[in-house]
Amino acid sequence: MRMLTFARRNTKEILRDPLNLAFGLGFPVVLLLLLSAIQASIPVPLFEIGHLTPGITVFGLSFMTLFSATIIARDRSSALLQRLYTTPLTAADFILGYTLPMLPISAAQCLICYALALALGLGFTVNILWAVLFILPVSLLYIGLGLLCGSVFTDKQVGGICGALLTNLSAWLSGIWFDLDLVGGAFKAVAYALPFVHAVELERAVLSGSWSGIGPHLAWVLGYGLLTIAAAIALFLRQMRKQ
Amino acid sequence: MDAIVTKGLTKRYKDLTAVDSLDLTIREGELFSLLGVNGAGKTTTIKMLSCLTQPTAGDALLCGRSILTDTAAVKALIAVSPQETAVAPNLTVRENLELMCGVHGFSKVKQAEKVRELTELLDLGRISGKKAGKLSGGWQRRLSIAMALISEPRVLFLDEPTLGLDVLARSDLWDIIRSLKGKITIILTTHYMEEAEALSDRIGIMGSGRLLRCATAAELMEAAGADKFEDAFVRIVKGAAK
Repeated sequence: MRMLTFARRNTKEILRDPLNLAFGLGFPVVLLLLLSAIQASIPVPLFEIGHLTPGITVFGLSFMTLFSATIIARDRSSALLQRLYTTPLTAADFILGYTLPMLPISAAQCLICYALALALGLGFTVNILWAVLFILPVSLLYIGLGLLCGSVFTDKQVGGICGALLTNLSAWLSGIWFDLDLVGGAFKAVAYALPFVHAVELERAVLSGSWSGIGPHLAWVLGYGLLTIAAAIALFLRQMRKQ
Repeated sequence: MDAIVTKGLTKRYKDLTAVDSLDLTIREGELFSLLGVNGAGKTTTIKMLSCLTQPTAGDALLCGRSILTDTAAVKALIAVSPQETAVAPNLTVRENLELMCGVHGFSKVKQAEKVRELTELLDLGRISGKKAGKLSGGWQRRLSIAMALISEPRVLFLDEPTLGLDVLARSDLWDIIRSLKGKITIILTTHYMEEAEALSDRIGIMGSGRLLRCATAAELMEAAGADKFEDAFVRIVKGAAK
């Protein structure tokens, strides 16, 4: 009950910020429209709607990192967290209260992207619903990164690190915008050692119904996700104790 | 009954001793001010008493409960209004109060009752639908105190409650603090001498982590041989530094 009250507050804080709505929901939609328009003029397989949409849904999650990091960092700097630490809320209440609201927001963002993709010519299959479901473990990775950054950085630093650095890093190393085989070598090796490209390939596999290929990608995503969440919890508890 | 008893309460950070063996007793219903220059140890003391920071040595009993061994019980007895405004900016004033009711586990009926009571007490009615982040500093502080009072605390910590406020907003907050006197124990930290003098039953002056003097404003002026409280404060702090 206490945790749900805190989670509801976090949901309201995020959804009432117009910048969050503009970037979290608006930006992926604009990208989908823009790249589909380019695809209509100069067709390339990478930007075919069935190939592009899963990538955009994963890219959109980098804003979940920004949202969760920003709200935690702001709560720290405004001393709201300090106030709440003197209430009966437990450490688990805080971590779940920050994490849970992001899951339905991630799913909603993914649904909006697929709804637009349907309007842009993606054929409806039940795999779209599976793709929305599989976005949840991927979103845990991005939410965990947000929890981690929010526990360590100030609200000003979070804007630069999550808003610029992480968003770009996850975009460049994800294979959404260009085929990683075109670069190859160390770049490709680094990309495949990180979870972003696996998240995109997982979603692409689910949407296309290539179930036999999802195992390794899911393992990479879940592995990194669990590690990130564990590190985030440790760092959150550390800053809680430092209060 | 004593609201707060500290026994050798100490906080060290590596080479720095922020609070040095503090022995202090504060009676129930008393308004006690902690004064001191920056780095004197006021905020660290409050953080230890409100279970935000673990002491390095010593202990404190709040209404008989130890901050070391009975943290949950102490948290149920206290409330803190931190130095910063500490409100949820995108929530309305009413929603901020409801948030505090929720985290304290109040029923819907009790929540409605407490929100109504505190809205009336702190005259928040006309701004109850406004987002907290859009309020002036004075109204945010008022809301911050209302949020602290939601849990019906026996001990309320007010850390620099009027910092940065204009004269009128400060005067309004003084009235609110006066209205609480005697009903709950209030520990106030402030840099404003006139605030401590006007509001406090007793004043503790801290310097370099130690409690230098603890008495009423009149007694402190007499002891320091000063006509003004500010002069008394300066003499006590400078005298201890020599």
